[in-house]
Amino acid sequence: MEIGLGHYLTVSAIVFTLGVLGIFLNRKNVIVILMSIEMMLLAVNLNLVAFSTHLHDLVGQIFTMIILTVAAAEAAIGLAILVVYFRNRGSIRVEDINMMKG
Amino acid sequence: MILQGIAFYVFAALLVASGVMVISARNPVHSVLYLILAFFQAAGLCLLMGAEFVAMILVIVYVGAVAVLFLFVVMMLDINFRELRQGALEVLPLGGLIGLILLSELAAVAGGWIVAPGVEKLAAAPTPAITTVTNTHALGQLMYTQYVYLFQACGIVLLIAMIGAIVLTLRHRVGVRKQDVGAQIARHRDSVVAIRKVSSGEGV
Repeated sequence: MEIGLGHYLTVSAIVFTLGVLGIFLNRKNVIVILMSIEMMLLAVNLNLVAFSTHLHDLVGQIFTMIILTVAAAEAAIGLAILVVYFRNRGSIRVEDINMMKG
Repeated sequence: MILQGIAFYVFAALLVASGVMVISARNPVHSVLYLILAFFQAAGLCLLMGAEFVAMILVIVYVGAVAVLFLFVVMMLDINFRELRQGALEVLPLGGLIGLILLSELAAVAGGWIVAPGVEKLAAAPTPAITTVTNTHALGQLMYTQYVYLFQACGIVLLIAMIGAIVLTLRHRVGVRKQDVGAQIARHRDSVVAIRKVSSGEGV
């Protein structure tokens, strides 16, 4: 059976949904929330690569690398903020993050 | 062709299964390890599609940098994870409902589209035939010419992220003895050495 574009789109849709679900399920644990965001970005990357290879347009793979850069920067900054927050407060509960009354 | 189908279903099933384990594992260290597994499966899917360079970059950047960073932080912080898990089952119905809605919407989109006729002519950068130029070579030829400003902007993003991470996590502790090069160089012989006349038999 031929594996087409739809198969890859389905897989990436499932992974994206899992990422959204992970944010809801682990709303107290910032580390798992960050991992869920990484999974969502991975699903987007899979989508871009699938369209790029099936439509024979290389720009999609360029965009993938841009998103990869942003994902790496986001993980570095997010984890740095997490470490500083843990140093100050001694916990990473999301509900405790209310010092700025946002 | 049958081998490709088998490989796709193996990679896809492992990707979805490890994605489920990432969000449901009790121990975040296990979550990170399943995340690494998921990244490897995604790289396998990219390889199947023919995007070799992106697949290798996925392994190098995601597994080699991002996931290891997560692993460091999870292991470095002393966190009571059992307490953080509480209340997860209360939001499961709501989260599941939103997940189902999102998935059905995505399925409706994925199932309802068709590729427009003549779309091949609209490609911004048509992929050269794999027999003449490899994927990595073609990507480099495109990225270092047409998208060089985007490439430079990526570098700036990474630079700012690096500076931000260093500024955030660097801390100055009081009471720590450190080498002060300026003070060492500014030291003069007259201020630290005193010559005394010591008379014999009496001491200083």
